Order: sequence, then structure tokens, then C-alpha cells
Amino acid sequence: MSKYQRVAYYPGCALEGTGHAYNSSTKAVGKALGLELDEVKDWNCCGAMEVKNVDPKVQTYLSSRVMSIAANEMKASVVMAPCNGCYHNLKKAEYDLANDAASRETVDRISKKAGHETYQAGSLETIHALDWIKEGIGEEELKRRLKNSLKGLKVANYYGCMYTRPRHIFPEKDQGQGSESTSQPHFMDDLLAAAGAENVDFPLKTACCGGAHTLSDSDISTRLVLNILEAAEAAGADVIATECPTCHSGLEMHQVRAEKVLGRKTTVKMLYFTQLLGVALGIGPRKLGIHENVSDGMEALNKVL
Amino acid sequence: MAIHEKSLIRPENLKTHENLFVDGVDVSGHWSTFIESRVVADYNEALEEEIAALPGGEHIHRCWQCGSCTNSCTVNAVNPDFNPRYWIYLIRVGMESELLRDKDIIWQCVSCNKCTYACPRDVFPEGVMKATAHWLELQGHTPKSKSTLFDEEFTAQVVATGKIEEGRIIRNFFARTGQPLLQDWLVEMVKRVARRLPFKQGLMMALAAVFRPRTRKWRKAGAAISEYVHEQEAKNRKALSLE
Repeated sequence: MSKYQRVAYYPGCALEGTGHAYNSSTKAVGKALGLELDEVKDWNCCGAMEVKNVDPKVQTYLSSRVMSIAANEMKASVVMAPCNGCYHNLKKAEYDLANDAASRETVDRISKKAGHETYQAGSLETIHALDWIKEGIGEEELKRRLKNSLKGLKVANYYGCMYTRPRHIFPEKDQGQGSESTSQPHFMDDLLAAAGAENVDFPLKTACCGGAHTLSDSDISTRLVLNILEAAEAAGADVIATECPTCHSGLEMHQVRAEKVLGRKTTVKMLYFTQLLGVALGIGPRKLGIHENVSDGMEALNKVL
Repeated sequence: MAIHEKSLIRPENLKTHENLFVDGVDVSGHWSTFIESRVVADYNEALEEEIAALPGGEHIHRCWQCGSCTNSCTVNAVNPDFNPRYWIYLIRVGMESELLRDKDIIWQCVSCNKCTYACPRDVFPEGVMKATAHWLELQGHTPKSKSTLFDEEFTAQVVATGKIEEGRIIRNFFARTGQPLLQDWLVEMVKRVARRLPFKQGLMMALAAVFRPRTRKWRKAGAAISEYVHEQEAKNRKALSLE
């Protein structure tokens, strides 16, 4: 049995808010594939980008508290975070705690005052929902369980920034065949290809959506998002598959904003990769939260349903 | 794309005279345009050390000016004046007056970390941009940017409850920055979702806005973080001799 068969689950704040559909579709896909999730007890925000800007070590502490609960209280060996931001921050905290004495000292001090065990680097493996399905199930098994091939659906896979950059916090990536690449990520492409989708050649897989300033500098974010949307359309995509709630809501928000403010209309739809996999596994669109998306994914999915 | 280099000749330094005679020679008009020389009268020798003392700026001294950061920069592609390599150069030689010319755009770094990925010297330019934006605010050269106001609102919520509620952050942020909540495109977005969202879900979202999500057993952690943040703020101010 794979070590990813049962993992600690860290949904994070966004998956209880704007990314609600990502949460429900992740759980539904896991259930259909026989993968189990134990939600981390009393979890807190990972610190996102914002707390890091106030003080980076506070973000390290916030992420370490989540890992401490998973490792020390729940005795888990693997924690899975579907949100790129959470995944990135847990990875970064892991790196800093393993390599920087000052970070260890600060985290230890705050942890003691907060009254919980300090997280020790190396006691937990942090993975993304992509790793969870790709390594825990694999393409062959996924193909066997298909109920509804996505054949004919043209998909642009969009990974965003936090899944691959900066590379030093992802030591398991770029390790040759079978591992994820930081310059040309392909785990989502692999899974969706196994589900029957036709992946288009999309050059902006790891481009930035401007998520950090989505509200504080909306004009730049709109231009960055419009770039991504128009490139996906030019590549012939019906759908942009996403794997991060911030990217996803950023693409949706600024698609509307580009139309309203710049008069540039795009029609490509955004769907979480878990929603697409869910459709392929025969799960009902309602259970996957497809009606919660701003862009109407059903229009594209009618092609395959 | 080629690296965009800043032109050192500024339009305001180009002098064309309508009617000018020097030693009886007519030098009027476009053909004898003068360029006023650029004078840097003062260097701030402490500039690099001050930026290096702020979180993110620690490794600025490693830079050897290859320009990979600017070449890979997301914001540079939108605004060619956004030039991390150039700013790192100015900071390292202490040309504060030149740096201040760009003070209003430095905060616009979107933290995509393409520069950090590309940098062969592990300068962590993303961190340097944050440290520089922070420095500008602490020194009073710029007011707090919208990004800083957003970060502060976000962090305050995390310290208070352990979690964030997106709706509350957006409302408080718009109020703090004096923007109307009912912007065309936001209204349009809500309309598009509401069209398909079942009543039950709408009700859940409204409830989340009233009863804020909280982390259980958070009080002591929140207090410890708050104490640490105040301590760091004092340390940063001291490093910039602002006491």
C-alpha cells in the first residue's frame, strides 16, 4: 500500500472560502479513488504571502505549528496541502528549519510560549494534491477507474508560481525521470492525459497571475491574467486546469475585470484539476462544486458529458 | 527579450534653445541640443547595510550585476522601469537620490520568485525588493503602500483568530484604502456566481462572514506572535537609527 493512501490533510483558509469547490472536489476525488484524509486538528493559517511580508519568521512559525500538530499529535508521516500557497509555505518552513539556526531558535521560542511541541525538521513529508494522486494512485490505475473519458476536451495546465519556485525548497523535484520538473512541470498534464483530456501546448504554465497584489495592484494583475487567458485561448484550450485557489480565483476575477475595465473578453473556462478528474471518475458536477465557479465550466464540460 | 537598460539622459535634462547666441554664433534650435550634466552630490554610505538589516535584504552583497533578475522579472515585462538589477546597484553604491526616483513602484513586486529562481548568486532579489519597499516606508519616503495595508490587515486577522476570512479582509482593505466596495467588475462577478449558487451555499457564506472562523486553542500562540512582531519592529527601527 502506498504511503500516500492515508495522509494528514491541511485544507487552509482559502479552501474554506473562495476555494470551497477545490476542497469538496479534492475530497470527492480522494473518496472515489480510495485515498483517505485526516484533517489536521485545530489548524491555523500558513501565513500566506502577507505574513511573510510583515516578518518571514512568523510565517515559518505559523506553518511549523500546522506541521507540529500533524507530526506530533496525529503521528502522521505525510501532510497533503492542495493549495499552492500552503504547500509552498510548509515546504519553505521545512527548508528554513533544517538549514537556518535563527529560524529554529525563533520557532522554538514562539512554540514554547504557545504551549505546544516545537516542530522538528525532517519529521514530516509535505506533498501537494498532485503528488497525492499521481504517486498514491498513478496514471494506470486512474485509467482503469475512468467512467467518463475527457476525450475531446482541450486543456491548458496552469501551475502558477508557488508550486515550483524557488527551487531550493523542493529538493525532491528535478530528480530525473518520474520526478516533477520546476521549469516544465507535468504532473497535472500526466493525470489529465490519463483521464483522456487533450493537453494543449501551453507556454505560460508557470507564469505569474499577480495573485500577491490581486486587490492592491489590480491593474497589473489584470494584465498578467489577461496574458495567461489569451495565451491559453491562442493554444486552443477550452479549459484552464488550476491547482491553486488563489490562482483560480485570480484568473476568474480578472477575467471579469478585463472584460469590464479593459473591454477585452475571453471565454476560456477555469476548472480545478480535481473537478476535471472528478468528472472523469463519474462524480456529479454538483458534488464537485462546478456551479460555484465564476466562469461556467459546464459550458466546456458539455462537450464530454 | 533584451534587458531593458535605463537611459541616463532624462528628458528634462535635454535643453534646446529657441534663440541663443554664444560668442556671436547662432546655436538656436534642435541641431545644437545640450544635455545638462547629471550630478550626484551625495552618497548614503549606510544604504546597503540598512537594507541588509531588514528581512529579505540579507544577501544583497552577493550581487554581481548579471541582470538575470530583471530579465526574468514578471513586473518588468509590464513596466520596463521596474528594474531590480538597477536598484540593487544603486543601493550597493549608495545612490539614494537615484533610488528615490523609483520609490513609488518598488512595492509592486508580485513575489513570483522568478528572479530568485534565475539568480546565480542566491541574492534572493524578491526579498531585497520587499526589504527596499519596507525601508522606503520606514524612512518616510513613501506612505504605506496598498500592499502593506493589505499585509497588515491579513496579519492582524491571523494573530487575532489563527485564520482569515476572505470577505472580511476585502471589506476592511477597501475601507482602509478608501475604495468603494461596489465596483463594476466585483458586482458583475458576484452576479455571475449568484446565478448558479444554491441558496444553502449562499447562506453558509453569509454565516462565515458573521461568525468568524477561528482556530481552537489559539490565544497563547497569537499573543506570542504579537510579542515577537513588536520586538522585530523595534529591532528594524533601531537598525535604521530611527529610535
